[in-house]
This record gives sequence, structure tokens and C-alpha cells, in this order.
Amino acid sequence: MNYLYAAYAATWIIHIAYLGLLARRYARLRQEIEELKKK
Amino acid sequence: MKYLFTIFAVLTAVLLSYGLYQALVVAPTEQTMGEVQRIFYYHVPSAWAAFCLFFVNLVASIWYMVRRNRKADALALAAAEVGVVFCTIVLVTGPLWARPVWGIWWTWDLRLTLTLVLWLIYVAYLILRKFSTSGQTPVIAAVLAIFGALDVPLVYFSIWFFRTQHPQPVVGGGGSIDPRMLHAFFINLIAFSCFGALVCWSRYRFEMAHRDVEDRQALESIMEAGASR
Amino acid sequence: MSSDGLTRATLIKDLRLEWRSKDAINSMLFFALLVVVIFSFAFDPTAEESRQIAGGLVWVAFLFAAVVALNQTWARELRNQVLDAYRVSPAPPNSLFLAKALGNFIFVTVLEALMTPLFIVFYNLRALGPAWQLPIVAVLGTWALVVNGTFFAAMSLRTRSREIMLPLLLFPISIPALLAMVEATTSILTGEYSAKFWIVLLVAYDLLFTMASLLLFSFVLHAE
Repeated sequence: MNYLYAAYAATWIIHIAYLGLLARRYARLRQEIEELKKK
Repeated sequence: MKYLFTIFAVLTAVLLSYGLYQALVVAPTEQTMGEVQRIFYYHVPSAWAAFCLFFVNLVASIWYMVRRNRKADALALAAAEVGVVFCTIVLVTGPLWARPVWGIWWTWDLRLTLTLVLWLIYVAYLILRKFSTSGQTPVIAAVLAIFGALDVPLVYFSIWFFRTQHPQPVVGGGGSIDPRMLHAFFINLIAFSCFGALVCWSRYRFEMAHRDVEDRQALESIMEAGASR
Repeated sequence: MSSDGLTRATLIKDLRLEWRSKDAINSMLFFALLVVVIFSFAFDPTAEESRQIAGGLVWVAFLFAAVVALNQTWARELRNQVLDAYRVSPAPPNSLFLAKALGNFIFVTVLEALMTPLFIVFYNLRALGPAWQLPIVAVLGTWALVVNGTFFAAMSLRTRSREIMLPLLLFPISIPALLAMVEATTSILTGEYSAKFWIVLLVAYDLLFTMASLLLFSFVLHAE
């Protein structure tokens, strides 16, 4: 039973971690675009 | 295009939630394996998504080799990265399913080994893309993708014959298939396919935007260098 | 100069340079010897067991030695900016690749020829199956490692951590060939199975990846 929860949890943890990584990169990109717009 | 993305995202979220409900609540408990069998509803659709994404990478890589299209290369990178994420999940959920049911964490069967080899090849692909200092990284990466694709049938045959010579424990499959199980399976299959496509699309959009910004930054620094003379 | 002539000339040049300086071959020889000794310390089985595992041990040792040899494939060319000259010359890139691959093949075969008697001694090996098949497996297996290794060495030229990039690329792609080499050697040593399927698989692997390397090498050469 524990294995079941571990598997489902692992799936979503990995997905959320990756999406979080993507979100952070998007934020940094938006910052860079702002800096470019100022120039 | 932006609306399409949002609609697709919402649809995917709905499908994933419904799939989760189906997998944990609606689908009946399997006779021989028990509750743990429900991992199947996540493990196999993730594998399907991963293999589809790797296939997209192969097609995009070949397209890039032929046409040198920037978008093709961005898509290849996006598909590879997201494919590795899904593939990692397959390799994590697989042993978690195998251990309670068959008593072993791992066995060198066809599906697991192929998944592992593909994971290794594509992690190497991503590392190559990150560490390469060549101006033509996309070409080199595309060549690696082609080599990887050529390798897959050979892996398949070698493992198949290995297992006929050395009988190994059989993992996966088996058990009765209730129509409600099939229904839960297909919902999750579609949900994860959409999810894979969605994340790949998002990663692709990021890559294109990132490259545009980099080009602009390079242009800025050139113009500044020229102006400061 | 024809492509064959160019291949032969490049190969002879490499062999002659190596024979004169002996810098690569000496370090590789000593490394190979060390690998055999370390493995013999780490795995000290009985005669029965040793036949079962010797196939795997021997090929892992050969693999390590091959990686050391492959890593220096293009070192000389890089040092002297030879690759730029190749790129602008009308010489077919395949000739260069073939010459490098053949040179590596000779180096690694020399290493294997020196490591094998040591393994036989340390593990008291004696083939219970058709021993004449062993050189065939050795040649096919070595070529499988060398042809992809030479290609990936070229791909790794413009990367940070070049030395680690080569095994990173080579090992996953070589998995079916490695399985075939090890299984073929084990089945010949134990005499329990026929190695025929594995030998056929190695032939298929060698043909496929030799063709792929020849077809795609020009892309890699021009991608620097």
C-alpha cells in the first residue's frame, strides 16, 4: 500500500519540481526582457 | 495561440484529475496484485508519453539535419528534456510496483531495460547539449539522437535473446482486465499524453523566447561595443 | 589521392608517430595491466565460477582500456590544428575517420592481446566450448567499441570535460554490443550455449554503426 502512495507521490513531486524549474526560468527570462526594454 | 494554450492546460488538468479519481477510486482492486496494481495507471501512460516525446525528438532532429530549421532544434531539445522527466518517473514507479508484487526491485526484462537505455541515451544527449562549446551543437545533438534511435532495435533483440537463454523473473502484465480498469487506463493514457504535449509545448515556447532574448542581448553588446569607440 | 590511399597514408602516419613516441601506448599498457591486477584482487572466484564471470570481467577491463585509448584519438590533431586543414581540403572525411578508427582498433587489439594471457593466468581460464570463436568475438566486439568510440570522441572535441563526455556517450549506445560480447565469451568459455546468435548480433551492430558513422562523420567534422 505504501508503495502505491510512494509511486503516485513520486510522480507528482517530479512533475511539480520540473514545472517549478520551468517557472523559475520563465521569471528570469521576463526579467531579462524588462532589462532589454529599458535600453 | 495564447488562448489555445490556456484551454489545453485546463483540459489537461481536468483529465488528470479525472484520471486520478478513476485510478484510485473507481477502478476495481486487482485480484492477484492488490492495491499496488494501481501504479499501472500511472506507470504505463508515463512510459507511453516518454516514448512519444523521444520519437518527437528523433523526428525534429532529422528535420533539423535536413532543413537546419531553428524551430526544429528548439522542439528537439524541449521534447528530449520533457521525455527524460517522464522516463525518470517510469524508472521510479516501475521498481516501486515490482518490489511488493514480484519481490524484486529490478529485472533485465525488455521494457524496463529499453526504458533504462533510452533514459541513459537522452540524459547523455542533454549533457552533451549543455556542455558543448561548439557553434554547431544542434547538429552534433541531432546525430546523437539518430545513433540512439538506431540502437533501440538492437537493444530490443539483445535483451529478447538474453531472456530466452537465461530465464528471468517476469515482471509486468498479467492479471485480469476488467472493463473498468481499461477505462481508467485509457483516461490516464490520454491525460498523460496531453500533459506531456502541454509541458513540451511550454518548454518549446520558452526555448524560442530564450533564444530571441539571447540574440537581442548579443546584438546589444555588439552595438554598445561599436558605440563606445 | 584516392580515398583508400588517403586512409592508408593517415593510418601509417599515425602508427609511425605512435611507434616513435610511444607516449600513448606505454601509459595504456600500464593501465591495462593495472586493471587486470585490480580485477583479480577484487574478484577471486573458484575455477567453476570464474568461467561464468570471466566474460564480463574481461570485457569490462577491455572497455576501460579502450576508453583510455579512444580519448587520445584526436589529441594530436587538436594540438596541431590539423582538423581545420582537413575541413578545407577536398579530402573525403570518411578517409580520416576510417584511418582513426583502424588505428584505434590496432591499439586496442594490442592491449587486449597483452591483457588476455594475464587474465588466463589469474583466473585459470580454459574454454570448454569452441575456442576458435573467441578471436572472432574479440575482433567484432573491439570494432563495435572502437567505431562508435572514435565517432563519439570526435563529437566530444568541442565540449567541456571532454574526457568524461566520451564514455558518457559511448556506454549507453554500446549496451547491446557489450551484452553480446559478454554473453558470447561466457557461452564459449562455459560451453553451455551456442554463441551464434550473439556473433550475428555483433555483425549486425558493427555493420549498422560503421555505416552510420561513415555517413554522418562529415557533419561532425564540420561542426567544430
